[in-house]
Amino acid sequence: MFDFLIQGFGVALTPLNLGLAFLGALLGTLFGALPGIGPINGIAILMPLAYTLGLPAESALILLAGIYTGSEYGGRMSSILLNVPGDAGAVMTTLDGHPLAKKGLAGPALGLSAVSSFIGATIAIIGLTLFAPLLAEVAVMFGPAEFFALMVFAFSSMSVMMGKDPVKTAIGAVLGVLLATVGVDSGTGVMRYTFGMPELYDGIDFVVMIIGLFAISEILLMLEHANRKNADDEIPPLGRVFVSLKEVLYCKGAIWRSGVLGFIIGILPGTGASVAGAVSYTTEKRLSDKDGTFGKGDMRGLAAPEAANNASAAGSFVPMLTLGIPGSGTTAVLLGALMLYNITPGPMMFTERPEVAGGLIASLYIGNIVLLALNLPLAGVFARVLTIPRWVLVPAIAILAFVGVYQLHSDLTAIYLMLIIGVFGYLLRKLGFSLAPVILGYVLGGLMEQNLRRALSISGGDIDILWQSGISLGLWIAAAALLVLPWLVPKLLSKKPREEPQQD
Amino acid sequence: MKINTAIRHASGIALLGGALLAGQVQAAGESECIAPAKPGGGYDLTCRLAANGLLETGLIDEPMMVTYMPGGIGAVAYNHVNGVRTDDPNLIVAASTGAAVNLALGKFGQYDADEVRWLGALGVDYGAIVVNADAPWQSLDELMADLKDNPGEIAFGAGGTVGSQDWMKAALTAKSGDINPRDLRYVAFEGGGEALAALLGDHIQVFTGDLSELKSQLESGKIRVLAALSEERMGGPYADIPTAMEQGYDVEWPIWRGYYMGPEVDDEAYYTWVQRLTELSESEKFAELRQARGLFPMSRFGNEFDSYVKDQVADFKSLAEEVGLK
Repeated sequence: MFDFLIQGFGVALTPLNLGLAFLGALLGTLFGALPGIGPINGIAILMPLAYTLGLPAESALILLAGIYTGSEYGGRMSSILLNVPGDAGAVMTTLDGHPLAKKGLAGPALGLSAVSSFIGATIAIIGLTLFAPLLAEVAVMFGPAEFFALMVFAFSSMSVMMGKDPVKTAIGAVLGVLLATVGVDSGTGVMRYTFGMPELYDGIDFVVMIIGLFAISEILLMLEHANRKNADDEIPPLGRVFVSLKEVLYCKGAIWRSGVLGFIIGILPGTGASVAGAVSYTTEKRLSDKDGTFGKGDMRGLAAPEAANNASAAGSFVPMLTLGIPGSGTTAVLLGALMLYNITPGPMMFTERPEVAGGLIASLYIGNIVLLALNLPLAGVFARVLTIPRWVLVPAIAILAFVGVYQLHSDLTAIYLMLIIGVFGYLLRKLGFSLAPVILGYVLGGLMEQNLRRALSISGGDIDILWQSGISLGLWIAAAALLVLPWLVPKLLSKKPREEPQQD
Repeated sequence: MKINTAIRHASGIALLGGALLAGQVQAAGESECIAPAKPGGGYDLTCRLAANGLLETGLIDEPMMVTYMPGGIGAVAYNHVNGVRTDDPNLIVAASTGAAVNLALGKFGQYDADEVRWLGALGVDYGAIVVNADAPWQSLDELMADLKDNPGEIAFGAGGTVGSQDWMKAALTAKSGDINPRDLRYVAFEGGGEALAALLGDHIQVFTGDLSELKSQLESGKIRVLAALSEERMGGPYADIPTAMEQGYDVEWPIWRGYYMGPEVDDEAYYTWVQRLTELSESEKFAELRQARGLFPMSRFGNEFDSYVKDQVADFKSLAEEVGLK
């Protein structure tokens, strides 16, 4: 049964393919680390190169898959160090990653995220190897109604992020949902909030959104503080460089739970690393955050989204390999790459081209080990980014932001849009809003609306469809439980008053 | 010492960013193809078809650069070519039937189909009416009969919005069976892959996709293609699929993959490109490349293609009115 895997390791362990897996991992880490250049662009840049070099199909795929998984590793770097997500999956990583860096724990934070990325990805790759065909059947059971229920669940799990200022969190999420409504309405073909500008027909691009919201607003904040000498602005001490085993063990629950969760979300076509990161972070906060330390530099709050986004990257290969349906934007590009080689991924690939299917899965195992080996020692090097003085760092981030967005759109309007969103993000931050709910509202809200509309198109407007299947019913109950239990349980236990831990 | 290290790291990052940018500029060499979409979609493949084909057959010496200009389902690139790079002799832009639909619906802003110089098409794909392998319908007739009785019971889905070329396939099929397209239940997904997943999961009953994207599902026997929207039966794995025409439904939907140039490109440059693409389409090596992308032969170049597209846009304009879009 696992002949294809044995054959795959035979393919993946040839010197050329091993070298390509390493190259892909390295380049992917860099692409992920640079804001604006995510896995999709990395693959798009290198795809023609692989083809022009005349690499055989399995080698090209190994290189490109290395870039994909590598960029999920790399995305966390700027999240932790600069509070700017390197790619879509790394948004939640900023929440606890950056506070850790501010505490002088940048090195251990980078190390821990490498380890949790490794474990998360490993869980997912094993799941992919063992259960791929079975899981693919489950994945297609998710229709619009089920996705809508999943989004409701995701939103209700966000309620834990309410924190100190629930109203501002809610407003932030609603602003995100509003931004997601820009563009052509797919259900009717009507333009919404586009002001006649073709640049807005497709809505606000995700990369423009995160670069504007996070990178530009961060630059503006840095500029504002540039001439002030606050204790706050002091460059944090570099401290330790390596993560300790104790710290990893402290997070083990968070890592494996999030790995499994991320894998499941990755399998579903239409949801990717950003949703996986969000759901795993909020779930973990719900389960483990007894002392209210999440968001202030809790190791578990960093480990959870990192394990989840890597797991979802591997999970998105399930529908691609077994059904020929991309599980994420990046696998859609990979699917295009395979077509260049006249290979149509799908159920027949395991029997017709076992060297490609097996080689890819084997290379995921190898690439993952390469990435861990590459990223652990690099943690110390990258942590030094924090010692870069502001007058060098701010222009460097600005250059990356502009280059990243321009090379994606080849159009100045995208740059202006990025700047407008940046100023908007800066104002929000000055007013004490957290940006994570905005971006989550944007991602989840868009998916939620689309799937609601699709479900209602299917049923002809009958809303019963939303809770007709077992899956959606289960998600509705879970969502309701998430909202009600935290409020109900303390009331039931109120006879035994607990000491509220004091946190500022 | 500390500052030194810092600057070294910072310059490393800047260098890398610069290198990526320079890499793109340098690759420009002579010619450029704008793919008016994000990487990985059909327009990307259209550009790469020309880029790889021309390079491999030696019709161009330097690799052709592919630039992505997403936005407005092609409108941003169309406006760019009409407003900024109007006479660039080395620039071609990928287009398809989808662009013609959008032009007909006036979604490309102030410019219409007469503005640019339509260059030629290198390949074509065809629409297909697809159902799950477990579905009760064995032919288009059976589906249409059920649809006529209960238009509300059968949900169509595809990868494009209402008004897109994917939707047109569903609307025209309905119209060919005397069913009002407005009564049709149509579900818009993000890309053909999601729609196909919904079909496999029985969330929608009919998927109006393209033949080329169905190859692996056909082999696995999970779907049934009731009709190909082509003039005649296609070969290879599609040989058993009847056309809609032969089942008595007057609907055809070719999805050509071609290119246009700026409005002020001079005749010399235009005919150089026409010549290049014509030669390319005749080479054997290119036939392999085209097949690898799941496309069927289509060779229309120069003025012939120009009038083909303009006629098509005019047709779509009247169609859009008939199906209630305008």
